[in-house]
Amino acid sequence: MADLIQGETGTWEVVIGMEVHAQVIANTKLFSNAGATFGAAQNEQVSMVDAAMPGMLPVLNEKCVEQAIRTGLGLNAQINETSVFERKNYFYPDLPQGYQISQFQHPIVGKGVIEIDLPDGATKEIGITRLHLEQDAGKSIHDQHPTKSYVDLNRSGCALMEIVSEPDLRGAEEATAYLSKLRMILRYLGTCDGNMEEGSMRADVNVSVRKPGDAYGTRAEIKNVNSLKAVQQAIHFESQRQVTLIEEGKPVIQETRLWDPDKQETRSMRSKEEAHDYRYFPDPDLLPLKLRSGWVDEIRQTLPELPDQKKHRFMKEHGLSLYDATVLIAEKIRAAYFETVVETGKDAKLTANWVINELLGALNKDGKSLADSPVSAADLGGLISLIKDDTISGKIAKDVFAEMYATGKQAATIVEEKGLRQVTDIAEIEAMIESVLAEHPDNVQAYRAGKDKLFGFFVGQIMKKTGGKANPGMLNTLLKEKLDGK
Amino acid sequence: MSSISDLTLDQTRRKLLSKELSAKDVTDHYLSRMEVYKSLNAYITETPDLAQKQAAESDARLANGTARPLEGIPIGMKDLFCTEGIRTTAGSKILGNFVPHYESTVSRKLRDAGTIMLGKTNLDEFAMGSSNTTSAYGNTISPWRRKNGGNEELVPGGSSGGSSAAVSAKLCLGATGTDTGGSIRQPASFCGIVGIKPTYGRCSRWGIIAYASSLDQAGVFAETVKDTALLLEACSGFDPRDSTSANLPVPDFSAALTGDVRGLRIGIPKEYRVDNMPEEIEKLWQQGIDWLKSAGAEIVEVSLPHTKYALPTYYIIAPAEASSNLARYDGVRYGVRQDKPALIDMYEATRAAGFGDEVKRRIMIGTYVLSAGYYDAYYIKAQQVRRLIRQDFINAFEKCDALLTPATPSAAFAIGENEDDPVKMYLNDVFTVSLNLAGLPGMSVPAGLDSQGLPLGLQIIGKAWDEETIFKVGGVLENAANFKAKPFQ
Repeated sequence: MADLIQGETGTWEVVIGMEVHAQVIANTKLFSNAGATFGAAQNEQVSMVDAAMPGMLPVLNEKCVEQAIRTGLGLNAQINETSVFERKNYFYPDLPQGYQISQFQHPIVGKGVIEIDLPDGATKEIGITRLHLEQDAGKSIHDQHPTKSYVDLNRSGCALMEIVSEPDLRGAEEATAYLSKLRMILRYLGTCDGNMEEGSMRADVNVSVRKPGDAYGTRAEIKNVNSLKAVQQAIHFESQRQVTLIEEGKPVIQETRLWDPDKQETRSMRSKEEAHDYRYFPDPDLLPLKLRSGWVDEIRQTLPELPDQKKHRFMKEHGLSLYDATVLIAEKIRAAYFETVVETGKDAKLTANWVINELLGALNKDGKSLADSPVSAADLGGLISLIKDDTISGKIAKDVFAEMYATGKQAATIVEEKGLRQVTDIAEIEAMIESVLAEHPDNVQAYRAGKDKLFGFFVGQIMKKTGGKANPGMLNTLLKEKLDGK
Repeated sequence: MSSISDLTLDQTRRKLLSKELSAKDVTDHYLSRMEVYKSLNAYITETPDLAQKQAAESDARLANGTARPLEGIPIGMKDLFCTEGIRTTAGSKILGNFVPHYESTVSRKLRDAGTIMLGKTNLDEFAMGSSNTTSAYGNTISPWRRKNGGNEELVPGGSSGGSSAAVSAKLCLGATGTDTGGSIRQPASFCGIVGIKPTYGRCSRWGIIAYASSLDQAGVFAETVKDTALLLEACSGFDPRDSTSANLPVPDFSAALTGDVRGLRIGIPKEYRVDNMPEEIEKLWQQGIDWLKSAGAEIVEVSLPHTKYALPTYYIIAPAEASSNLARYDGVRYGVRQDKPALIDMYEATRAAGFGDEVKRRIMIGTYVLSAGYYDAYYIKAQQVRRLIRQDFINAFEKCDALLTPATPSAAFAIGENEDDPVKMYLNDVFTVSLNLAGLPGMSVPAGLDSQGLPLGLQIIGKAWDEETIFKVGGVLENAANFKAKPFQ
């Protein structure tokens, strides 16, 4: 589903590579024992190390390394037994050390690959170039004083994973599909909460354009794209800008550009010439990181089933369609809910329909998440087993579900209280058929004379009499027998 | 009766334990000497109140039998070690108002061993120098004078010049130093005292203001080899807060002072016979060789072929690391800030006013060698040479157990003498820097006097983690040299 731009000179292909910064879920920062949770009051989570006090030294937090390895495994990537932390030097008030400790030449995770799901149901493999660990910077605050800026160091030193993709994405749709899948994987792994609004997952987007088949064009790196929507908008704007430039005979400059969501445009931050010389060199305060032998395998043993594995299993084991499987695995909790329902309800396809159409539909309408669902997975399983064993019909079940959703009661209770149990006694159904046929002799005659469509009329009449409780399958069979005079 | 300050650290320790002296007597004596010799400017910050408080605690512990290993021993603390609640300047204006909220591991260990801190000793700014003349708090003056009657003021060496002058002038019984390229061994040699830099990773760097992290190592000064063994034992050891600190047990260093070097193989690196080496140094070195030989050691010639590259290598790696380590002194969070409306102006004014010339020079060199386009030619090349230098020592130590070399290419020079040419100043470290590049331990032991009556030291270089052999050889040299010269004479 490549984005193609129709220009004056022909068709252009949009080429995207992503650099995602994902904040690692860990109790403490990458190199200090200060807390790393979101939402603390300003400068409350700052250690002497984070504030770069004289003589303070970084000590690597093992948990952050474990999370990076976990993520690397989740991205089907090579885990490097030795990696090196380097210093990236630049001055900024929210960078207390005057350098960011990052990994440059020797990252902890090398090449990997993930599968993205496209809207047309197709999938595509996207290469991962690398993942490395680095420190986050603090936050400069410019709007609290007319002439002064303030600095909040809570985020300073928190662990980030920078995940770099190959330029395998072709346009905005694939870019957002990539981000969604990446976020899904990180959430499954429990290594990043993937919350773009809170900034715990941030994306820099590298955009270039080319004629299909040509070599890559010059790219611009776009920063400040803080939502999936912004990613789409920024790519659309930037790729069009580049096509226009080239077609006007002007060069695309390799530079860093800023996305302005208000003006809906990208604008130049700094060109390659103005780019910082970061003077990377290995951090002499930290020895090269050598992973304990066997550790990667230990972590591998604890990996959860990942979204794609789950998707394929749902299709194979439960016979679900690609669409249903894709919807159900989108969140770990959703997939788990589905499987719990199946355990009780014993019918995967029926369950998929109920979860996707009824439950998620209802939750979505109320703006609720699955975690807040008034209907537990076991209870929904109970409803489905009532359908399965013919206690109630699918139609009645919808009413029962509505009641469950509103009151939190169990399906069986509602069925009993309201007497919704389906009529499955042949004699009883036959009696009702007899009575209805007796009431409408003209229609019986007309039907028998060939007016087949009246079959529905009789069904409706009988259902009316039974309050919809007659077992539809049995009713159909018996009614047909009677009308056909067998 | 001999004065308190005629005693060595170990002798004082024994008299304290036997209650012939009180910690209060000793401390008051040294505090009063500090008053008398204030003009040497050995201390940047004196801490008499703290010292007296600690002396009282020491006396209580000596009385109730809970004395710690160095109970009641007054020491000087190089002003590069962060000390909780006590101003720590690194010899720089930019930290003129900096009072740490934490205590460095080395100073804490010494405090916990019962020592009494008399004050923070002077040093070259951020430990960058070999003369103590780059300190923002004035030169430290060596207590030694040339015999020629000229009475020129001499440098105590650097960067730990305040510590070496203080120990030499008996303004404390021992002192801490740090050694990045020779900053303990060179001043020890200049001041006629013992100074040891242990193996990189032996002492924690936590709380030491960094100059060049891959080279910086804490160590100690005292009058005798035994005294330095006692001090080093107290401040060594693994520290989980320093990732480069080694998780190894600390040996009983003073037990290594057996006086027996029979059968030990002492290597003499031929490349240390540098051009224009003063005859006095040459003679002293030969004397040292002879002493060890007659004590039963075997002398072997060894080669350290990359020695001549050590100094240029050091002056790439050390400034590179320094340029990054000193980036944090930006006026934003602590230290002396020069307020300006614009951020860049504030940075520039703060660092221009806060740093001295030598620091600026090294920041500029370091920034340059790490820059795009120069990185490979300088920094990478220097790292490669560093590996070769390290390998030289590994090869040499296959043939010997320790090396003997001069500590410095000359005796102490006069203040101002080498100021015109930084390279001339850098040459002071010619015998010492290789060890830092290789991470090896080294000691300077006073071994003789030059024609002007100034002390000269010999350097003993050990294998990594083998300070014990250094102490053993140092003890034998000390006995043989029988160095009795004192300053102020």
